Amino acid sequence: MDDFSGGPIGGKVDSGMIMEQVKLQIAVANAQELLQRMTDKCFRKCVGKPGSSLDNSEQKCIAMCMDRYMDAWNTVSRTYNSRLQRERAQM
Amino acid sequence: MAGFSSSLGAAAGDAELARLLAAEQQKAQLQLKVHGFTELCWDKCVEKPSSRLDSRTEACLQSCVERFVDTTLAVTGRFAQMVQKGGH
Repeated sequence: MDDFSGGPIGGKVDSGMIMEQVKLQIAVANAQELLQRMTDKCFRKCVGKPGSSLDNSEQKCIAMCMDRYMDAWNTVSRTYNSRLQRERAQM
Repeated sequence: MAGFSSSLGAAAGDAELARLLAAEQQKAQLQLKVHGFTELCWDKCVEKPSSRLDSRTEACLQSCVERFVDTTLAVTGRFAQMVQKGGH
């Protein structure tokens, strides 16, 4: 049997694989959250009276909206993490 | 979101794993909060999606997060007082 020592958690392959799985699952769930909320917001902003298909302006709006939503997400993430650090520093 | 907990690692008898899992869970909970704030603050701050987030919108988003945290602190603080006084 090969010796897998020297891994990040003292050589236990099982732990490493579990952590990889867990991180992957979290990343997938995070992406799903983002997509679901972004779709909701961009539908509301971009699609007026629903027609028989998405017209060009609606599609352009959706693309722009997605970019802005992700910009907003990043801003919120940065601001929230800074605030948390400030609160912790006061404790 | 994440249904696991550090008890998984504890059950496996691996304290290091438990610690790592707890850390990931905490990160995941933070991410979920960011999702919630983004939804709320998007509604408050973003009118029409444009080619970039202008500085006014950026400032609004930042203020929105800060004020929501302030609100959370105010609500929990006052609620604690109310409960202490024996009524709620």
